[in-house]
This record gives sequence, C-alpha cells and structure tokens, in this order.
Amino acid sequence: MPLTNITHIARSHGDPWVLRKGPSSLTSADQLARALGWFSIGLGVVELIAPGRIARTLGLEGKEGTIRAYGLRELASAVPTLSIDKPVGLAARIAGDALDLGTLSTALRPDNPKRNNAAVATALVLGITLLDIVAYAGAKAVHSRERGKKRDYSDRAGLPKGLQSSRGLARKDFKTPPDYRAEGTVADALPAKAS
Amino acid sequence: MRALVWHGKEDIRCDTVSDPEIENPRDAIIKVTSCAICGSDLHLFHDLIPAMLPGDIMGHETMGEVVEVGSVAKGKLNKGDRVVIPFTIQCGECDQCRRGNFSLCQRSNRKGDLGDKAFGHRTAGLFGYTHLTGGYPGGQAEYLRVPFADTTHIKVPDGIEDEKLLFLSDILPTGWQAAVQADIQPGDTVAVWGCGPVGQMTIRSAILLGAEQVIAIDHLPERLSMAKAAGAITINFEQESVVARLNELTKGEGPHKCIDAVGSESHVNPGQPDTLLDRAKQMMMLENDRPHVLREMIYVCRPAGVISIIGVYTGLVDKIPMGQAMNKGLTFRMAQAHVPRWTGDLLHRIEDGQIDPSFVITHKVNLSDGPEMYRTFRDKADSCIKVMLRP
Repeated sequence: MPLTNITHIARSHGDPWVLRKGPSSLTSADQLARALGWFSIGLGVVELIAPGRIARTLGLEGKEGTIRAYGLRELASAVPTLSIDKPVGLAARIAGDALDLGTLSTALRPDNPKRNNAAVATALVLGITLLDIVAYAGAKAVHSRERGKKRDYSDRAGLPKGLQSSRGLARKDFKTPPDYRAEGTVADALPAKAS
Repeated sequence: MRALVWHGKEDIRCDTVSDPEIENPRDAIIKVTSCAICGSDLHLFHDLIPAMLPGDIMGHETMGEVVEVGSVAKGKLNKGDRVVIPFTIQCGECDQCRRGNFSLCQRSNRKGDLGDKAFGHRTAGLFGYTHLTGGYPGGQAEYLRVPFADTTHIKVPDGIEDEKLLFLSDILPTGWQAAVQADIQPGDTVAVWGCGPVGQMTIRSAILLGAEQVIAIDHLPERLSMAKAAGAITINFEQESVVARLNELTKGEGPHKCIDAVGSESHVNPGQPDTLLDRAKQMMMLENDRPHVLREMIYVCRPAGVISIIGVYTGLVDKIPMGQAMNKGLTFRMAQAHVPRWTGDLLHRIEDGQIDPSFVITHKVNLSDGPEMYRTFRDKADSCIKVMLRP
C-alpha cells in the first residue's frame, strides 16, 4: 500500500489540478511488461498456495514441490519485471516459461487421463511465452542507450577564460566561509608566537 | 496551463492543469521562460522517493518573468522582474535561514509534520518534490506560484540569455557547494564521482577554487569527454580499477577530497558486485539507496581527508564501512544546496565570464516533449546530459 494512503497525504487546496491528461511517458512495451509482472505475482501465489490442485488438474501428482518452487520463481521474476529493470525480469520469465513447458511436456504422455488439460495449459504457456518475448524485445528497444546519436563534448569547457587562467580564479575574491572549513593546519592551531 | 505531471512510476505526462493563483501575500506568480529536468527528478520518475501523489507537478529548475505579486512581496519583487527561482523555498527569517542554511528553512515546508516524522526534523519546502518537503507544485510548467517569493528568488539582469542563468536555480550552486564543503584548497587532488550535470558543475567549481588535480569518474564516454574538456583526468570505471588508478595518480596517498555527485542510483555493474546486491535489495524494498560510491570514497580517500556528499540519497543504506571512515579520521560534509547563499557570487562569476553554465545543455525541447525527454535522459540515450525545456 502506498505511503500516501497510510498517511492520508493530500494535495493542498489551491494547487493546480489536472484538467486534461496528455500522453504518458510509459510506452506500450512498459505497460505489457507491467501486466506480465502482475500476472507473475498472481500465478506465483496460486502455485505457492494450491500446488496439489494444480498437480491434480494436470495429472502431475507427485510434483507438488516442483510447482511450489515454480511459484517462488514466478514471484522472484515479478520483482524485476515490475521495476525499472524490466528486461532482466522478462528474461527470467522467458527462462521460466521454458521450464514450465518442459514440465508440462511430461504431462502430455498418452496414459495421462488429464492429458487434455495439460494440452490446454501448454497452449496457454506458449502464448504467454510469445508475449514475454515480445515484451522483452520491446523493453530492450525502448530502454536502449543506443537510441539517437553518439556525441563527443570535448569542446565544452564552460570556462570562457581558458583552463590555465581559470584554475584558482575564484580564490581572488572567494574565501571558504568559516563554517565550511573542514581542515585547518597545525600552524593555525598553534598559539601565536610572541614577536 | 500546460505542465509536466507525475502520475506514477515512470509515468510523466504533459497535462493541461488549472492555473496557479496567489494564495498568500508573500506569493508571486511567474511566467516560466525556461526550465530543466534534473537528475533528482529521475528519483521521482523511478518512484524511489516516497509521498508523491498522482497529479503532482514536476520541476525545480525554473526561471521566468514575474506576472503577479502578493501585497507583502511587492517592492522586493515587481511585475516584469526577471528571476531565477531556487529549488529551495526559504522564509529568510528563521534561525536556519539566518545562518545561511536555506535548504533547512524551518518555516517553508507546509507539511512540516511529515518532514518531522520522516527526517526527525523538518527541512525546507522544495518545488516539484515529495510531500515530505511540502509537495509544492513544480516549475516544469507555463506558470509557477512561488511561496515566500520576497525571499525565494534571484533577480537576474536582462542581456544574458536564459541558458547561462537557468542553472543558478540548482545545479550550479549545488556543484559549487559540493566543492566548497569539501574545503578545496590550492594544491589539492579532488576526485569527483559522477559526471552528470552536478558533477560537471562540481568539476568546474573545483578548478575555479584552485584544485591542482581534478579526477572525474564515470563510465559514459560523452560525459567523460565533457569532464575532460574542463581539464579533469578521467577514469572509466568499466575499463579500469578506480581505487588502483586514484592511488596511482596520488602516489599511493589517495585524493585529499572526494565528492559524491552520484547519490542514490549508483550504476549497477557486474564488475562491482556490491552494486548488484544493492539493486536486488532495492527492488525488494530492503534498502533505499545504492551506496557504492560512498563505500569507494571512504576506502580510497586520504586519511584526514574530506568526503563531500551532494548526490541525493533518499533513505536507508547498507554496508557503509564506518570503521574505515572513523579510523582514517575522515570528515563528512553533506547537504542539499543552500542555493541563495552562493547565487550572488555565482551570478557575478557568470557576468564576469569566469563560467558559462550553458555548456552542459545537450537537448533543448518544448515542454510538451518533456515525457519523452524523461525517458531519453533516464536511458542516457542520444548522449543526453542535460535537458532544457521551453514552455
């Protein structure tokens, strides 16, 4: 829950309020990543609290421990997916999808009475994997430093009088204020010698 | 009016909002002519600083023309005056303001009870920042209400372009204070971590204050090239060991003065494994900031040296080697910049041609392009170092 809800922080009366919203800095790739992050949390919680039910539905009895571990994995990948480091979280999700598909493939054996359920789950995971790949590629592209030109700023000194003349120039009329002195010298600290 | 508005994590929009009005006789309204995106705006963009509300207007680097003045502010400020607005709001009368500690003003934070709870004691009100510092609407907008306007302004002359004056609002005095609070003396070796806009101003300030050797640390080639332009020796931390190189440049003694112009969001780099751990903790809300730079500064600083922290930290940090700091007798100085304490002097240096802060601007765009520029600045794309916005 945001701190603002707990503390009842409110904007002050008289402050400007929004009349019409403009386009967001959030890209569609960011929004897709966020949706997948929240999906990870939902799925992770279900896998953690109801692994037996999932195992029975898919004919994966005996793999409850694995399903619970996958729940933890989902939660762990949700954290970076919802953060500003989305590509890291999405890459973890894609790797997790591969694990899910590997596990589901064992449920597609002909003697599994829940084979049809496993087939539907496999199709869903394939769809989600596709979304994860799209989101990963999108997030990598929109957060890339490679956008635009590479520039060199070695002509931007910002010291119009030149480097040599600028060094120590402020010392002519600036003295560090006493409350900003951090170090003195031994000579400063010694009592003045009688002349 | 149009304004850049915070709607949540990574969600900034150029919205149409209602116009600000005079609320107090000490207020003024300015028509913004130029404003900028600051590195600390990215902490809000990333939702690392608590107590923002959807609908808050961003921005704390602003200048413009006075268009309306409250009855008490009249005289000290008049319609038509050209002003730069400090990012700190100050009453000018409290004990802290009288001492020159303007970023610690005891009266300007209108939500001081929140500040008391968060920080132990309240700090000054800030424009376009968290509600812990008053939640005042910011200046990435067409108009700005300036509270305590009779003391919260820097009058600037006509005839000098906005580009040279705008950064009196924040990054120039911030960089200057970083150098001053390091107590730079002629002959010193000064190491500056971070070559973003504040780091660049710090490097120039250190040169003007007479540092013999300024060493700039970053990993982005364009930022290092800008640091080099001012005479700094550069270290690319992705290509060489910062500690080994600093020791080599100081005959094994370490820099006299170490300045942190990075703060909360240290670059995450597999070559520096503590940054990976910090990032993981930060994602899980186990740590607010990534203090790699602090650790490195404490380790490499010369005994009896000074650590100056000007990069913004937001809350709790882990694994700070206090044993090293204590045993080496280091002095720590830190603060948000006390902007008006330095701006008279700095304006004179701009007028005198000692420094031209416009060197740092890499992108000039319309206010409505602001949301896109937040992304560009965040991703360091298009060699972006500083974005100036025109409403």
